[in-house]
Amino acid sequence: MSTHFVGDTAALTGRSLRHITRSMDTIVTTAIMPVAIMLLFVYVLGGAIDTGSTSYVNYLLPGVLLITIASGVAYTAYRLFLDLQSGIFERFQSMPIARSSMLWAHVLTSLAANLVSLAIVIGVALLLGFRSSAGLGAWLGVAGMLVLFTLALTWMAVIAGLSAKTVDGASAFSYPLIFLPFVSSAFAPTDSMPGPVRWFAENQPVTSIVDTIRNLLAQQPVSSDIWTALAWTLGLLVLAYAAATITYRRRTA
Amino acid sequence: MSTPATAIEVRGLEKSYREVHVLRGVDFAVARGSIFALLGSNGAGKTTVVKILSTLLSADAGSAGVNGFDVAAQAAEVRESISLTGQFAAVDEVLSGRENLVLVAKLRHLKDPGTIADDLLQRFALTEAGSRKAATYSGGMRRRLDIAMSLIGRPPVIFLDEPTTGLDPEARLEVWRAVRELAGQGTTVLLTTQYLDEAEHLADRIAVLHEGRIIADGTLADLRQLLPPARIEYVEKQPTLEDVFLAITGTAGTAADQRTRKDS
Repeated sequence: MSTHFVGDTAALTGRSLRHITRSMDTIVTTAIMPVAIMLLFVYVLGGAIDTGSTSYVNYLLPGVLLITIASGVAYTAYRLFLDLQSGIFERFQSMPIARSSMLWAHVLTSLAANLVSLAIVIGVALLLGFRSSAGLGAWLGVAGMLVLFTLALTWMAVIAGLSAKTVDGASAFSYPLIFLPFVSSAFAPTDSMPGPVRWFAENQPVTSIVDTIRNLLAQQPVSSDIWTALAWTLGLLVLAYAAATITYRRRTA
Repeated sequence: MSTPATAIEVRGLEKSYREVHVLRGVDFAVARGSIFALLGSNGAGKTTVVKILSTLLSADAGSAGVNGFDVAAQAAEVRESISLTGQFAAVDEVLSGRENLVLVAKLRHLKDPGTIADDLLQRFALTEAGSRKAATYSGGMRRRLDIAMSLIGRPPVIFLDEPTTGLDPEARLEVWRAVRELAGQGTTVLLTTQYLDEAEHLADRIAVLHEGRIIADGTLADLRQLLPPARIEYVEKQPTLEDVFLAITGTAGTAADQRTRKDS
């Protein structure tokens, strides 16, 4: 069956990409919340946060990008849930196609949609004064990090979409993910936080990812953060993928 | 690949959802090229049977074969042989009718999906609506599109799960016509229905599924013999509301014709 995997995934990805291009509002709404957060922090709260010599826009952008992804993947869970509800999933499953291609189509579509949202957010950040002297290599590093993070979160969205009982339940899983960057080094340096909060902030995945992206964009050495960040994202990706696959198989038992 | 005379063979099929014992040993066989109706009230387990036969669900016990392949052990071959039209018209609402057909043709790995789509649009009187989003279609049009999608790749066995539920009388007749056409071309059709007249009009053989078991199985004539022989009574024949409806909405003839043809 795997002989058809590429062709089937391409056909189904084409289908779900059309869902997105025919409702561009889903991409725009994905970008609106992070842009609003960025405006709020840059113009209202950011003045009170000491980020040393780094401009505040440059400081907060990595965290805002992660929030963009966290809110964007909720649509994947939503679309997957609708496919299951409408019966079209069963139609595809009763056809001689590679079964995993149905999930991969949603994952690749999520990746494409999130990259567009991220580009919009970076565009707004440029208008707000974000500047980076990073070269191609560093930008590729940033892109790679964001892609890995998107994939990890998307596979979590797949689990949510497959196991949800209601539309609201399908996207509710993303709320804690959207919140996570607030308790990290994304908006304020962790040194200013009290003991236990600081411990949590410094040891949760977002901080190492944010620090890595921030250092890459500022052309600073990335230290060991990059290995911690990669370990977190790859670890989450593998776990989420495995759990999603098991959930998927169980649905057809 | 041999082509056995029975297209579908079900033996001792059992399935439970937690404590609910939905199927308690279902047996039936469907001859190749025939229309077989699985009749039962809501919750009788008709959809469960269809899901097991179309490899969406695995049975707890018993065996089922479709087109000579075992649904559990040869799921891939079964999927090559079948097509499923589920209880709710499973079309992609965001895509146009034509795009829906092209997608299925691509997923069936056929050459020239565009031509296949155009042919089917014409056959099901959807050419004009072909470029419109399926979300704008009426119930009957969606069902037609749904059935058209099931015909792509000419699978030898087609499952139709309550194909006319929720349709108006005209759309129902259209679906019946499509089903008869299919059987005429040698396709085996298994349909589930809760409408007695649908089974009576369409099916070569009817099985009644009740409380998880087949309690009757045979041709209409066989089933009639389960009751005492007919007495001859004289009754005034009033037109049914359906006859009236079809007459005044301009599709007169079709329903009455079909009824007379079957009755004679």
